[in-house]
Amino acid sequence: MKWPAFGYVRASTLDEFWNLKAEAGPDAKIIAGGQSLLATLAFRLSQPSVLIDISRLSELKGITFDGKVLRLGALTRHVELERSEAVAAHAPLLRMAAPLIAHPAIRNRGTIGGSLAFADPASELPACLIALDATIVLASAGGQRRVPAAAFFRGLYETEMGEDEIILCVETTPQLPSQKSSVIEIARRSGDYAMAGIACRIDIEGGAVSAARLVYFGIGEAPVQAKSAAAALAGKPLSEASIAAAQAALSDDLDPPDDLHGPGAMKLHLSRVLTGRALAGFVDDRRAAV
Amino acid sequence: MSLRVDVNLTVNGERVSKAVEPRRHLIDFLRIDLGLTGSHAGCEHGVCGACTVRVDGEIVRGCLVLAASLDGASVETIEGLSEAGSISDLQQAFVARNAAQCGFCTPGMLMTAADLLDNHCTADRAAIREHLSGNYCRCTGYQSIVDAVEEVARQRLSAKAGAA
Repeated sequence: MKWPAFGYVRASTLDEFWNLKAEAGPDAKIIAGGQSLLATLAFRLSQPSVLIDISRLSELKGITFDGKVLRLGALTRHVELERSEAVAAHAPLLRMAAPLIAHPAIRNRGTIGGSLAFADPASELPACLIALDATIVLASAGGQRRVPAAAFFRGLYETEMGEDEIILCVETTPQLPSQKSSVIEIARRSGDYAMAGIACRIDIEGGAVSAARLVYFGIGEAPVQAKSAAAALAGKPLSEASIAAAQAALSDDLDPPDDLHGPGAMKLHLSRVLTGRALAGFVDDRRAAV
Repeated sequence: MSLRVDVNLTVNGERVSKAVEPRRHLIDFLRIDLGLTGSHAGCEHGVCGACTVRVDGEIVRGCLVLAASLDGASVETIEGLSEAGSISDLQQAFVARNAAQCGFCTPGMLMTAADLLDNHCTADRAAIREHLSGNYCRCTGYQSIVDAVEEVARQRLSAKAGAA
């Protein structure tokens, strides 16, 4: 269907954006890459009065690494995650995630801020950021606040972000030599929404897992961090036995609802399969984002 | 809020100035406002890929781009690529392999295949299928489409190796 009628304004600076947003009122929507928003408008899932285009705000652009923190502006496009040397070096998990997101033509426009703000439960980046223990930096006209990714995603398309806020950037610490990370998913066709997926990062010290962050997507209303499965790995070397224990523990962490893809029990099964593949990949480094 | 938005951009190298409705997507802008009907509007919600065009050198879904947002942009369509001759080898391979059946997906397929051949040229069939995975052919002519892209990739890679 054609889009409904709406107004359009473009902000050229963040200061101008706050003014435009105040003028436009509560029925306005922010558009960055538009790759989710414009598709939902075609379904008439919402009818915004005005679209406020933030795609040219330089304050929201750029990928920088200052030696301690990798900072990704909210307008970083998925294709830039694929191309950036800093991302490949310091957040290889995000480099690994990018090709899983939709298709090349969509990755050329879709932004990380848009993906996080939309909070689709099947999207890769929210789960990846929780696995990385990353921070999402929000800005409002009054200032900034920092929210850990694990506290940002609250439910189906629901986030911690207030009506008066915008995502400024994402910050993550660089992956350490003792850490390994991976993201994999199962979809019926390449680029489709995942039926189930896992993003994970583990720390290995002295041959044993000292910390594990296992995060699942496409299995509920928001990404789920599996703490029981992670506990099953802690303190043990990665082995067939410890991986099997983590897979078994997953039923304490995940309770996927039935959906269009199939019954919840199938999604739990797929999550176990993916857990096995991701963790086995850490034993054989060629399959991890090291 | 103004009802129409002024945009100045280039389309296939020609300067275009128009006042567009905010709800106009790039494909309707090209087809209806400029008469460039080579780009096709299929699903109009970002799934089928028939509307693939280039904006500032990169392929995009034309149905997921606001024409109003393109002030200052450079747009290239299948008409531009055809006239420039930059994909004539690909077009010939599509004809030779009967890779265009009803033809509806063909412009988008050519744009996406050209992106692969220009930027990540490979004759690996799995990589070709992956790159084309966002372009649907409802005649299901994928085999001959991949054959055509593979053949051109081989030609271009061997020409490059010969020149080096």
